[in-house]
Amino acid sequence: MKLFPILGGIHPEYRKELTSEKAIVALPLPKTLYLPLQQHMGAPANTTVSVGDEVKKGQVLAKAQGAISAAVHAPTSGRIAAITEMTAPHPSGLPQLTIMLDSDGKDEWAEPMAAIADPFAASANEIKTRVAEAGIVGLGGATFPSAVKLGLGGQHKLEILLLNGAECEPYLTCDDRVMREFAAQVVDGARIMAHALGAPKVIIAVEDNKPQAVESLKAEAAKTPNVEVVGVPVQYPMGAERHLTQAVTGRETPARKLTADVGVVVHNVATARAVHQAVRLGRPLVSRVVTVSGGGVAEPKNIEVPLGTKVSELLDFCGGISKATKRVISGGPMMGQPLPSLDVAVVKGTSGILALTQSETNEHASSPCIRCGSCVTYCPCGLVPVEMASFIRNDKLDLAAKIGVQDCVSCGSCSYICPSHIPLVHFFNYAKGKIAALDRERRKTEQTKSLVEAHNARLERQAQAKREAAAKAKAAKEAAEAAAAAQAQPTIEGGANA
Amino acid sequence: MSIVIDKSGPFTHGPNTVSKTMFTVLAALAPATLYNLWLFGLPAILLFIVTMAACALCEAACVRISGGNPDRALGDGSVLITGWLLALSLPPWAPWWVAVVASVFAVCLAKHAFGGLGQNVFNPAMVGRVVVLVSFPLQMTSFVSPKPLFTPGSPGLSESMTIIFGRGFSLDGISTASPLGFIKTELSKGVPVTQSLSSFPSLGDMMIGFHPGSMGETAVPLILLGGLFLMWRKIISWHIPVSMLATLFLLGTIFSTIDPARHTGGMVQLLSGASFLGAFFIATDYVTSPVSKSGQLAFGFGVGLLTWIIRTYAGYPEGVAFAVLLMNALTPILDQHFRPRVFGRTRKGEPLPVRGDK
Repeated sequence: MKLFPILGGIHPEYRKELTSEKAIVALPLPKTLYLPLQQHMGAPANTTVSVGDEVKKGQVLAKAQGAISAAVHAPTSGRIAAITEMTAPHPSGLPQLTIMLDSDGKDEWAEPMAAIADPFAASANEIKTRVAEAGIVGLGGATFPSAVKLGLGGQHKLEILLLNGAECEPYLTCDDRVMREFAAQVVDGARIMAHALGAPKVIIAVEDNKPQAVESLKAEAAKTPNVEVVGVPVQYPMGAERHLTQAVTGRETPARKLTADVGVVVHNVATARAVHQAVRLGRPLVSRVVTVSGGGVAEPKNIEVPLGTKVSELLDFCGGISKATKRVISGGPMMGQPLPSLDVAVVKGTSGILALTQSETNEHASSPCIRCGSCVTYCPCGLVPVEMASFIRNDKLDLAAKIGVQDCVSCGSCSYICPSHIPLVHFFNYAKGKIAALDRERRKTEQTKSLVEAHNARLERQAQAKREAAAKAKAAKEAAEAAAAAQAQPTIEGGANA
Repeated sequence: MSIVIDKSGPFTHGPNTVSKTMFTVLAALAPATLYNLWLFGLPAILLFIVTMAACALCEAACVRISGGNPDRALGDGSVLITGWLLALSLPPWAPWWVAVVASVFAVCLAKHAFGGLGQNVFNPAMVGRVVVLVSFPLQMTSFVSPKPLFTPGSPGLSESMTIIFGRGFSLDGISTASPLGFIKTELSKGVPVTQSLSSFPSLGDMMIGFHPGSMGETAVPLILLGGLFLMWRKIISWHIPVSMLATLFLLGTIFSTIDPARHTGGMVQLLSGASFLGAFFIATDYVTSPVSKSGQLAFGFGVGLLTWIIRTYAGYPEGVAFAVLLMNALTPILDQHFRPRVFGRTRKGEPLPVRGDK
């Protein structure tokens, strides 16, 4: 298959050998699970249980709320111990409403949802509904509710479901293991999704550094028509949705549009497996595969983890972390996020927990920019990070926006390559946040202004109506008087005549 | 372990640093420099040391005055490149005070007056060179023919000390013009280029540096080797050197074909003066050249064009230093007008049309 070059990109040290040959193992059931109500993009879910309730594995604990949201299910059977605010697994460390579930150790399933006997005969809506009921979100890390994305077939003419198995982040091997060990489930899930999307073709793209995954998938794809497996060059950020789409199809997604606008929908391979389980087995998303790795971890592993497991417990299962650990990251080292504490939960978007040492992070104090242009050369979005950073530093956010800071995907290639170790992405995230906040502020002001205007207009209308009514009344009165007078006149006249 | 949350990712970093970059450039310059120091003997070595030391002292002084850490500033290696390039652009037997004046202007004025590393608009070494070139034209255009170390005629230590620190070398006796300077003078006397070329070093001699010239500009193959090394190490890209040299070569070839009596050919343009040193090591200076590839192509073209114009029409036989400085001034404008196309957008910055929307 012909591939297309992508712009820029870097070759970080991949360090996947730490876990790539470690088969997925199951985590012993933790005593307590902590399930934040927001494990996805969009609005947090709404609890449907109360403290003290006995629940079974797979039972709904919280329902999706609004158009973009996802349900939360019990990862095991037990009793709801509390519904309380706890530190979220997010660098902000802000508290978030969380369901605490005490396991009863039986791990008993609730009555599962009925399997959809022949998904390829089912309607798109039926599959979409099932995926929504199963609480599935994009497991690549973006955590966009998958059902919403499966509805894109209604509005767009789709040609390709592109399954993202690139896994271009260093260290992470969870997708690699899923592709190797569950190739049949992945391919089946992909075909079901393609059916729901109305996309005639499935392409599974895997970076060339995972030959076994490519092989397993190819063997599986050979059994069905319209599924193609393609190895893509090892080049970060190959796994970025728009870049993968371009590499495989040559189609460039217009800014501010979706890949669906060029006929392609991208889903992660682990998401496909979750769809398979939801549709074929009626199983909601209650666990995921997590790579625990990094130089600070005693025994790096790939683990099937019940959602809600505390990170500290997960790390203990891997022999704990050493004193040399400098940072603990959720996700990969390029786009992952630092954890505010080890007492936070594994959520649907947690692809990896990495304990990195100084030699792995290679962090240094930053020195002045020497304008070497590396950030420009390696930016996969064609941006000029050096210039954007200098605008942001001088508080000229409008100029930074003008040259595209909002088109930045925060992949980190520029920061990684910068010889002066300038935290460029940090600048851009700050600017994006600030610009969004200013936008909200402006919209709010405009809204207030238009409300005030509407209010004034209403008052004016009312006053006008009052005036008109008064004028009318006056006119009517005058008319009546005139009429009365007129009536009186003939009487007099009449009288006179009489 | 204490968890630190102080910035966004990435939480891993490539091996590159500013000082690694700078020292790679120095390594790339080393072969040509060693060859030329050998070629021009002990006086050249003394002058090289004087220039490097003067630049380092200026850097340390400026950084200390502005409250910085002089050790760290010297450690990043940037001032060593400035001193090194400056030494290479001086006549090899120039007196010490020329080197010191050039160093002071290069480091204190061109670099630190603008805010230090990364902030300067003009290439410091070229500012230094141009200042002494316009101030002391006699000393700056008195070249010597190569007198390699350990060969008869190569000055000994005391003679070298006299040449650099004393009353200078006898200008009448051994000073000579560089090839481009010679052609220029002859041309002004009405001697056509075609004729003056006959007493010109052969292209072969020019290739291996056996002709009078600045300290570092005469060993073309070694400069080229260093440049290719930098490209291989991805320190520089091909854009500036190729566009500059190609422009220079094409202009030389075209005009010498049209009027061989007034114009030197493409090869002479390339092999004489600082064409190669300029293309690979001076015009490619990060701080003062554009950051985008298209901007670099335009920049290289500009340097090539201006070099040719200055060499051909201006009063100075040499053009690279002036051309680089003039283009340095244009760098901010080039940066503004030559940005890469943003992913998903047209060159004008509008989102690409959606399929079928046209």
